[in-house]
Formats: sequence, C-alpha cells, structure tokens
Amino acid sequence: MTTQSTAEPRPQVQELDRVTIRFAGDSGDGMQLTGTQFTRTTAAFGNDIATLPDFPAEIRAPAGSLPGVSGFQISFSSNDIHTPGDAPDVLVAMNPAALRTNLADLPPGGALIVNADAFTANNLQKAGYAENPLSDGSLKDWNLFEIPISTLNARALDGLAMTSKQVDLTKNFFALGLMFWLYERSMEPTLRWIEEKFSSKPVIAEANARALKAGYAFGETTEIFHTHYRVKRASLPPGTYRNVTGNEATALGLVAAAQLAGRQMFLASYPITPASDILHQLSTYKHFGVKTFQAEDEIAAIGAAIGAAYGGSMGLTSTSGPGIALKTEAMGLAVMVELPLVVIDVQRAGPSTGMPTKVEQSDLLQLMHGRNGDAPIAIVAPATPAECFDYAIEAWRIALRYMTPVAYLSDGFLATGSEPWKVPSVADLPSIAVEGWTDRETFRPYRRDPETLARPWAVPGTPGLEHRIGGLEKADLSGNISYDPENHHRMTQLRHQKIANIANDIPDLQVYGPSRGDLLILGWGSTYGAIRSAVERLQAEGHAVAHAHLRHLNPFPRNTGEVLGAYRRVLMPEVNMGQLRLLIRARYLVDAVGLNKVRGKPYRIAEIEEAARLLLTEGAAQ
Amino acid sequence: MTAETLPVLTRKDFVSDQEVRWCPGCGDYSILAQTQKTMPDFGVPREKIVFISGIGCSGRLPYYMATYGFHTIHGRAPTIATGLKAARPDLMVWVITGDGDALSIGGNHVIHAMRRNVDIRLIMFNNQIYGLTKGQASPTSEIGKKTKSTPQGTVDRPIVPLSVALTAEATFVARSVDTDTAHMQETLLAAGHHRGSAFVEVLQNCVIFNDDTFAPFTAKDVREDRMLVLRHGEPLVFGKERDKGIRLDGLRPVVVELGKEWSVADLLVHDETAADPTLAYILSRLTYPDFPVPVGVLRRVQAPTHDALIEAQMAEALAKRGPGDLGKLLLAGETWTVS
Repeated sequence: MTTQSTAEPRPQVQELDRVTIRFAGDSGDGMQLTGTQFTRTTAAFGNDIATLPDFPAEIRAPAGSLPGVSGFQISFSSNDIHTPGDAPDVLVAMNPAALRTNLADLPPGGALIVNADAFTANNLQKAGYAENPLSDGSLKDWNLFEIPISTLNARALDGLAMTSKQVDLTKNFFALGLMFWLYERSMEPTLRWIEEKFSSKPVIAEANARALKAGYAFGETTEIFHTHYRVKRASLPPGTYRNVTGNEATALGLVAAAQLAGRQMFLASYPITPASDILHQLSTYKHFGVKTFQAEDEIAAIGAAIGAAYGGSMGLTSTSGPGIALKTEAMGLAVMVELPLVVIDVQRAGPSTGMPTKVEQSDLLQLMHGRNGDAPIAIVAPATPAECFDYAIEAWRIALRYMTPVAYLSDGFLATGSEPWKVPSVADLPSIAVEGWTDRETFRPYRRDPETLARPWAVPGTPGLEHRIGGLEKADLSGNISYDPENHHRMTQLRHQKIANIANDIPDLQVYGPSRGDLLILGWGSTYGAIRSAVERLQAEGHAVAHAHLRHLNPFPRNTGEVLGAYRRVLMPEVNMGQLRLLIRARYLVDAVGLNKVRGKPYRIAEIEEAARLLLTEGAAQ
Repeated sequence: MTAETLPVLTRKDFVSDQEVRWCPGCGDYSILAQTQKTMPDFGVPREKIVFISGIGCSGRLPYYMATYGFHTIHGRAPTIATGLKAARPDLMVWVITGDGDALSIGGNHVIHAMRRNVDIRLIMFNNQIYGLTKGQASPTSEIGKKTKSTPQGTVDRPIVPLSVALTAEATFVARSVDTDTAHMQETLLAAGHHRGSAFVEVLQNCVIFNDDTFAPFTAKDVREDRMLVLRHGEPLVFGKERDKGIRLDGLRPVVVELGKEWSVADLLVHDETAADPTLAYILSRLTYPDFPVPVGVLRRVQAPTHDALIEAQMAEALAKRGPGDLGKLLLAGETWTVS
C-alpha cells in the first residue's frame, strides 16, 4: 500500500529509509519526555534508532527564554544507522524561542511544525523576534505547518476537572500524537505508560491520553498533511533488543560485572551532571548485593570506594570532569597501594564548571597524566551507548585481574543518547572472578603474579595476613616503607610495566575498511557514529578510507602502530583540542591530523566527511 | 569461633615488627602503648581490626600495630574508614589522626563521619602544631601563636575539637591526655566498646615544636587543680582537696568553692548519656585558665550505626524483591525480538 486514492482523497503514504525529528520547546514543555516516548515506541517497532537529548543545565530557566529551550532529536531508520542525524527532517517548535534556537539546523524544505498559540507578543519578545516569523514571510523556505496546538488540546480536554495550567502541560502529548500519526507509530506503548505512570491520578491519566489521541486524530482528519510516512523495520541481527542510554547500559554493565566477579559492589558517588543517573540506578539494585553511598564530596566518594576495595569489595566511584580533578590525589593512592578500583568519568564540557549538560572528550589527558608522580592507570572508553555495558565489564576485568585503578571514560552524548541494544545472554558473558589471597606461608604484600604483576588482594579478616599498606613508597615484596633509591626506581618501573602488560590481554585494534589505503580515521568514544557514517559514504564512492576506533586508551592495543602505518594520512576527530592525538603522535611518531570541535555538540557526519575529503584531495595532489 | 575458644591475646600480640620512629620523648609513644595494651580487652581477633590513618606524625601509628593497617592520604582517613566499614560491617575500624589532618584538611570528612554515626573510633592526637612539616600553626593553635608560618602570631581563632564533634552529632565524645596513661587506657576502652562514631581527643605533647604546651594544666603538681575528670553520674568536683566544683548559673558554668556558700548538692552532675548534647557542649567549652580542663567521656549515646542502617536497607530490598536475577534485569522494560 503506497497510495490510497479513492473518491475521498486520503493522505498518501510515502516510504522513507530514514527520518530525523527534533522536538524543541521550553524546558517546562516536557520535550525530553516527548522524545523519550517517541523513542520507546520507535525502538519497540523495530527501527534502528539513535537519539540526542539537548537540554539546558538550568532546572527552569525563565519560561519562553532562549536559554530555557530544551531539545530532543531522534533519528530512526530501516537501515543500520550510527548517529542521531546531522540535521532534522522535521522540527517541532513549541514556542518562538525553540524556533529561533533550532531553525538554523533545519535544511530548507524541511518540515516545520509550530505551536501557533505560543507565538504571542510576549513570547516573541522573549525570543528576540521584532516581527512574528509566522507572518513576516521569513519562513518561506521551509514547509511550515502552523497548528494551534494549545487551543486544540484544551478543546480535547474540555470537561476535565483541571486548571488551565494543568491542561496546558499536556500539549506536548498532542504534538506527540500528531507525530505518531505522521510516522505510522502505534499509540499503545505510550497509552500503557500513561496508565502506569498516573495510575493514582485518573484525571491526569485521562488528560494525557486524550491529548495524545487528539493529536493523532488531528493528523488523520485534517488535510494539512498531504502525506504521512512509513519507515520500515530495520533488519538488525536476530536477538532480543531494548533501547538503552549510555548511563543505563553503564549501570547494567556494572551490576553484571559484580555478578560475574561474585563480589559485593560498592559505589560511592557525589551528585554531578551528567553522571548522577548511574548512582540513581545502582541505588535500586540492592537486591543484587550492590551497596551505594552518597558521599559528602568527590574526595570522600573515592576514599570510600578505596576503603571498600581494601575490604575486598568492588569499590567504584562515578563522576564527571570536575570530580576527577578532586579525586586525583586518591587515585594516586590507589595506584600506590595497588587496589582494584573503577573510576567512571562521564565527561562534559570544561574547563572548570564549563557546560555541564554538553558533550566533550576533554578529560583524557587528566586521567592519563593528571596525578603527581609517575602514576599510570588503565583507561577504557566505550564508543556507543550500548557498548557502555561491555566496557563497564571490561573495566572491572582489568581492575580485578591487574589490581589497578581503571578509568572508564563515557561522555554526555553517550550518557544521555540511546540506541537499540541487543541484550546478551548471561551465559555468554565472561567470568571475571579473582581469588583473594589466603595462604599465610607464601604471603608477601607486594609479591607479584609473574604474568600480570598484580599483587595479592589480602583483605582484612584473613587470619595471619595482617599487614600495613599506605601511600609511602613500598619496599618491593614486603611493602614496608622504603626510601631506598634503587627500590623506588624498581617499583616505579613495575607499576609502569603492570599497566603496559595489559596490552597482551586486549583485542587488536580493528579496522573497518581496507587494511592499507589513503586515509585512516582514528577516533575514540562517542565520535564513533559520525566517523563510521562518514567512512561508509566515502567508501561507497570508492575511496580507500578506513575507520579504527580505540576502546582501550591505556595501554593501546598492540597493533596500533602497525595500523597507523598502513595509511598515507591519519585523521583524528575529537571533541577536544587534540588530546588523543597528542598521545598517538608521541607514542607512534605519526603525523596525525586533528579535527577538533568543542561546541558542546557531537560531530555531524558531514563535518568529518569534509575534513576527510580535504585530506584525500591533498593526498591526490602530491 | 566462640568466646571460649578465642586465644587470649596480650599487648605483645599487637606490636608489629616495625621500628617505631617518632622523636624521642614524643607523646605518640604513650598513645601507641596504651592502644596496644587495650586491644586484647575487646576480644576481637587481630585480623578483624583495622587501623586507618591520614598524614602527619600520628599517621605512622598503623605501621606499629600488628593488625591490618592503611596509611592513607592527608585528611581522608575517615572516608576510607567509612567505605571499609560500610562494605565490611564485621571489622573493628580505628581512625588515627591529628589536629591538622582531622580539623583542617579533613574537617569535612570528620563532620560527616560523625553525623552518619559511622562505627569507627577516631583518635585525634592534638598537639596544637604541625609537627611533620616542622612547626606551622594548626587549627587548634592558640590565637597569637608564633610559628614558622606565623612569625607575628597566628590571627586565626582556634577550633575546639570536642565542640565540633558534639555539633557534628558524634555519639561518643571524649578527651584524654598522653601523660595520664591510666586515664587514656580507660578512655580508649570506653571508645572501643562504643558502637557508633567515637571521637577521642588526646592532648599530646610535641617535644620539638610545641613542647609543654599543655603543661600549665597537665603537669603533675597542678593537674588536679586545673583539670576536671568527668565521671558519669557524679558531680563536677575537682581540686587537690576536692574543694572546688562547677555549677550552672543559667546556661553559664561557674567555678565555685565548696564548703561555704555552695555544697556538692549545688554542682552540675555529669550525665554522659543525656540525649540532649547541650550540657556536653557546655563542658567542651571549658578552657584553662578560666576553668579546669575537662577530661573523660563527655557524651555516650546509642544510635543506629551507618553500617547497620545500610545492611537493613539491603535486607529490606532482598526481602521485598528476592535475590536479583541478572538475566531478568537485562531484559527489563520494553524489548522486541528480531528473528
């Protein structure tokens, strides 16, 4: 069924491979909820999806103001997609401020759906419009749909015992219903959600359900939209899927790690955007033996995690960049006493307080080098929201096996963005269990495993192993205080070698594309999707371009140098000023070129594509 | 293992093989000795005892105890102890700290460990000086104190450790003196047997950088007249002749002579178990030379410990939801199947 043309004209159905929608409104308009509901429905329908929430740090900036605009972008497709889309096909703007801050991203010809009721003189002034853009012709390049959403919604809710303010709060579901109709989505999942969420508030439940249905019916019955759209299910690999954000996947991975290691997990954390959700989620897993502790500050959080690790638990702390700065000294202690510890850094834009809700990858060097003394730690970084699950387990595998702190670098885009996750079978997950030391005859506090160089984990309560550790330099083997120069040199080398040896125990760097060629694009973290999409486009045109993405940042996979050497040029896009590039250039003496953007937003595919084309052209000219 | 089968331990069992390296004559030796002496009394096996310290001269103490020990970083020992105790409620955890470690760099952590009623015994060596860094003013140094960092005298008013501990809701607050070994043992025993956050200030002499700073009231010949030994349920009597006492005039403590206008019946009676910490706070404010310096237990009250509350929530979650099933958790929420 592609068209239905009978005597009574019905909207046409057009099939699309991919659609990108952006919901934008005041932060009190419920745009994140609208986006999340659209995402759940779309994921459950079976499209591949990628999402990008974009919200202000202010809990409630003044209503109608430009800083108060909150947005949620979702891209969904019948194909495998990697990013939330460079530009929206449809922009839903709930007020003038949302229009003003988002219009530049909507390509000419794109569909622009606005809540016409919100374009009052007051709101126009707050958004800085001298003239009403709906009437001054400035929107003629776009496919504009002016819909009096507030009025229509209020009419649909007529008769309910609600204040007009309460009624107005449901208008986002009118917009959601309309989008469900426009893209042939079922209302059922959201109706179920409403029923559960407001089970104790029947009037509110009724209002939201009516708003949703009214929006849907509006699309169906009015003739404003001549077409509605169909995006078929994606052909994903077989399996059971769910939609996850990076923070959700991280929390699930951590619980899984605790189960796989067979130990109590102890998360000590201090609230900080955008990492707090990990604390929130883990605090609901007490029946999995996960203990959580909200500390008085960032330092206390890592201190408590180290204390728990000393006691034989899986001590863990989660934070963002400013918190890492505070935890630095304690991380050095963990290096010195060689206890397993995972430090989660959900990076945000810095320096200092920076832009708390915006993405950046600028804590890499802080975690790599930001401690006094030579204090190496292992670093892992997931590339996609779903991958956060695997790397939470991987971080723990390394921490336990090597008795070392491990930094786990997520970021604001991974943390709040989402994608379908093929749920693994528990039986397929690796065992990461390690034994504590109990043998008193052979015990030395700093005796090392010959392969991993890990020292024994001898926890209090073990009879006969009473010993003392601390931040002062240790004598090799005995762990007693030592100022011996040769000993310090040897211990520094051992700590270094222990981390370097992890390279023998991690997978090689995989290359997507030709194993030799003109250009390698090397990335890490949340730039994965944009890089992969850009590379796919260039490869489709016949360019010898490959993509490699580092998940282990310290140490690097053993074949990294070999991979880098197989291409004429290396391009490194990062959401920082070139931090990984500094490490790569220093380590491998490769003249990698940086693509560096710090605008608090993820890369668009086109930005990477353009930088790649430039290097390919330069190469061709040589 | 029942109490009957526990091996009887002695002080020697708590002496480690490490050579003690404090300055000759340092008050820390006495604190270490009393600590080692009191350990057997708790009936806790050595492997279940952990000493955690911060940075400063006091920080070395765990190396000399034949228990588990962790010499951590400046000011953070209470955080490590909090995590350890929350993760391992079965352990007996001691925190060894000093005036700079506990009340300057680590002030925040002390307050929070106390208000949470973390089941730790925090022994703060107060010598009113930074010793390990060779003689700078500490947060308990008296105002006007001339040190290397304050050649014209410090302009910072001192903090009163006992007052801080009380307002931070510590459930056990006490003070002792390094030179009074019997009293120190008694105080450490009381702290060790307490369940909950115990704060013990030990007035400790630094022979090198602040020698005899407490001598005006701790010296043998004057101490009975210038110190007040607190005893639960007893009136606040002091003096060589037991002829002086403390009474309250409204909320104002007053030193009175007994036998003339006032008798013992007029004196404040010490109640360390009072739920309201006001009287304990008043005692914490008594300073020489206006008042005798109180030593002993100012406050000892029972309250649920931090670890017990955590365990109760763990048990509640387990009872309500059953043991967590990872497979089910991963598949929670909306899922769909691609075949």
